[in-house]
Amino acid sequence: MSESAARDADWPLWEVFVQEEGGAAHVHAGSIHAPDREMALQNARDVYARRGRAASLWVVESSAITATTPADRAPFFEPAFDKIYRHPQFYKVPRGVRGL
Amino acid sequence: MEPTPSDKTAESEIAFQARIDAGETIEPRDWMPERYRKQLVRMMSQHAHSEVVGMLPEGNWITRAPSLRRKIGLLAKVQDEAGHGLYLYGAAETLGVSRDEMIDQLLAGVSKYSSIFNYPTLTWADVGAIGWLVDGAAIVNQTMLAKTSYGPYARAMLRICAEENFHKRQGFEILATLAQGTPEQRAMAQDAVNRWWWPTLMMFGPPDEASPHSAELMGWKVKPKSNDELRQRFVDLAVPQAKAMGLTLPDPELRWDEEKRQWRFGTIDWQEFWRVVRGDGQMNRERLRERRRAHDEGRWVREAAEAHEAKRRARAAAKIGR
Repeated sequence: MSESAARDADWPLWEVFVQEEGGAAHVHAGSIHAPDREMALQNARDVYARRGRAASLWVVESSAITATTPADRAPFFEPAFDKIYRHPQFYKVPRGVRGL
Repeated sequence: MEPTPSDKTAESEIAFQARIDAGETIEPRDWMPERYRKQLVRMMSQHAHSEVVGMLPEGNWITRAPSLRRKIGLLAKVQDEAGHGLYLYGAAETLGVSRDEMIDQLLAGVSKYSSIFNYPTLTWADVGAIGWLVDGAAIVNQTMLAKTSYGPYARAMLRICAEENFHKRQGFEILATLAQGTPEQRAMAQDAVNRWWWPTLMMFGPPDEASPHSAELMGWKVKPKSNDELRQRFVDLAVPQAKAMGLTLPDPELRWDEEKRQWRFGTIDWQEFWRVVRGDGQMNRERLRERRRAHDEGRWVREAAEAHEAKRRARAAAKIGR
């Protein structure tokens, strides 16, 4: 195999987020390689928006994303488990009262 | 006593299997057995290569499509295959293998791709047969894989299945049109179906009892269904479709099994299958040669992209320096 000068491993990986219609959330679609952000956006369009179902695209360098790890999933999210007072069902409403 | 590393691995493997059995999805940063990772890299890279090599037999007919309507459809389909290759390389990269490594292995002839693309596209009707049969079979397989236990693979499959339905229909339309044309056109359509039918049935892989990877992959729910189950599903879909076009399938043993409510079909020539897998199909060498040529001829584009980025960065640096 001849050694190529332009190997895409040297190109950063970008995560692609697609908003399918105005007002919706941007949802992760996949990733692409590109040497810069402009081309990342163009490649993302060619790969993830070929059917016209896109109102907006974001590309983010994968290395810029900080994520939780599977190992600390439980302790990290645990504080939210016992806060039942953050849900409407926690509060009592007299029978017959509507619109609450 | 301290647990040994192998005790720990065994424990992790039990926990992993429990997650699989509970129907959970495995994500890139989750612990997984090394063998699970390896099998997925093998499957996903082969799948990606198949999309990419699959552009060659059809690309061969773009400039000779019989009308503009056929040409734009075929162009869009071939472009989709390139995109599907990229989805799959991207999904495989989440397992810690780089796209470059995977492509190197393809170009070196080490990594495999679907043997179906080692058959030649001799006539325009072959483009129809590929869309109807080959994409039809791929959809059956991929619909199953959309439920695979590895998250990024499942998501790529969902995306691909949604797009491939058009491929199957454009193929069906091409064949159905030819089947209603002149006697020569009709004969051309029938000839294409005759040549593509058996290789398409082979796409699902060896029979369950002879498939080296099946039991393991099904245990991990990487493949929720077996090769033979999928093959049967495909045959049951294809037989009435062939009938609707007025074309026949080249299998004298094909008949409806009222009891099982499915189509029984003849014996597949597995010797031919293994011969093509091992590299002796009609087009194995040609496809790799073409793929290498395309890779080399595209080098200037990759270099230009890098030069552009270097220039942009240098300009930005100069601005700050000023």
